[in-house]
Amino acid sequence: MFDDFFIRALVAGIGIAFVAGPLGCFVVWRRLSYFGDTLAHSALLGVTIAYSLEFNIAVSIFLISSAIALILIQLQKKTNLPSDALLGLLAHSSLAVGLVVIGFLTFIRFDIMGLLFGDILAVNKRDLITIWVGGALILLVLRLIWKPLFASTVNYELAQAEGLNPDRAKAIFTILLAAIIAISIKLVGVLLITGMLIIPTAMARNLSDNPRKMVIFAIIGGLLSVFIGLFSSLEFNTPSGPSIIAAALVLFIFSLLKVKQTIQLKN
Amino acid sequence: MSIENNILVKLNNVGFKQNQKWLVQGVSLQVEKGKIVTLIGPNGSGKSTTAKIALGLFKNIEGQVEKFTNNIGYVPQKISIDWTLPLRVRDFMLLTDNLTEDVIDEALSLTGVINLKDKSLGNLSGGEFQRVLLARAISKKPELLVLDEPVQGVDFTGEIALYELIKEISEKLNCGILLISHDLHTVMSATDHVVCLNGHVCCSGSPKEVAKNNKYKALFGEQAAQTLSIYEHKHDHVHSSDGDIKKN
Repeated sequence: MFDDFFIRALVAGIGIAFVAGPLGCFVVWRRLSYFGDTLAHSALLGVTIAYSLEFNIAVSIFLISSAIALILIQLQKKTNLPSDALLGLLAHSSLAVGLVVIGFLTFIRFDIMGLLFGDILAVNKRDLITIWVGGALILLVLRLIWKPLFASTVNYELAQAEGLNPDRAKAIFTILLAAIIAISIKLVGVLLITGMLIIPTAMARNLSDNPRKMVIFAIIGGLLSVFIGLFSSLEFNTPSGPSIIAAALVLFIFSLLKVKQTIQLKN
Repeated sequence: MSIENNILVKLNNVGFKQNQKWLVQGVSLQVEKGKIVTLIGPNGSGKSTTAKIALGLFKNIEGQVEKFTNNIGYVPQKISIDWTLPLRVRDFMLLTDNLTEDVIDEALSLTGVINLKDKSLGNLSGGEFQRVLLARAISKKPELLVLDEPVQGVDFTGEIALYELIKEISEKLNCGILLISHDLHTVMSATDHVVCLNGHVCCSGSPKEVAKNNKYKALFGEQAAQTLSIYEHKHDHVHSSDGDIKKN
């Protein structure tokens, strides 16, 4: 049944939605959406390296994104520039370098649109394995660091004082972010992965009063976005990434109605 | 834990420097099982910094900290819950430890906020929030409690009651408490040892000794010292939370 490209894309999208929900919640809670963007933009460089060295794409993206995260931490320590300027610097320069390198690699035919915005036709069987095995690993690790990560998201000092290890949890979480970008790039594309992380989560925030609910709604929102997005991508021949994100946006707008209701009830 | 003398944490001539400026310097103190040590001092005198040094929150400190327990409950001075994170009181209670419903209920009842269990943390008043913070810190039955201005925003009667509760907790759990307060007279009845800070240890001893100390008077003014003695004179009894009066 995986011979049909559409089924493959759908199975890939479902896997990604399950992982993006919980990770996206932490991205929103910890205000990391621009950080996610930076990692995602650097992924393009990872893709070009993978092509020119004939290396596994997901592994290459994962390594480059992790390296960019490390460089960011070093720059934060050694310069006086604010974090958002450093993030902008890394995001755009790695995207630019990636595109320049693609320009040099004339012997390989690149589908740049596909890299930037996702390509429903690009998902092969090996990608499905990468997504589901990688995704399961990401969720497992997230489960293990949940307590210290969540506690330090609420209050760093409190978590540290009571014997949890917030710095380690934060470092591991950064690696998990790099990992989800690596596995979802083919379907969603470099420019829109952060949208997959934060838009269903933003919708979930409007519907939930506790963290567990928010994670569950974020997953449901992601799944719905994938279904609606991929079907319309097939129907209207639009790129898969933007279609999924546009579907997520529609869901978010609907969730605003609920917020409005709650506010009216309060008054 | 150090068995011979019941010491839970011991600071030996500690100090902490940030941006070439000493926040606090030359502080030595120790917290023992079942004892309450109170840090007082004006704003910016290094009370919170000293507590954070004791908790091991800073790297690069001067001096030594010896900690003999890892079971610690902490009430920070400031904590802000971001709107993006939906959190009810019950979720907050489980922040650093996995507790059973019964344990959570017991702690929330002790601080008088069991009715808020399903409320969102963002909708609590300042006083309610402090009570929840305190409940969370005591729920895991810690050996060492560090309370940084635990009653801020609580009304005066509530304040006295909470200090009574803190005293009760230290006896019941036999835990050591490092308490930070900006005014000595409300914590008077609930403390064993007072350390008065002003960037360094200005004076220390029993509450009575500190109140009489000239350095304390110089720091807080003659009036503060007198208010204290009046207060002390008036109250030769304590009120338990249900209104009973106990003679000291």
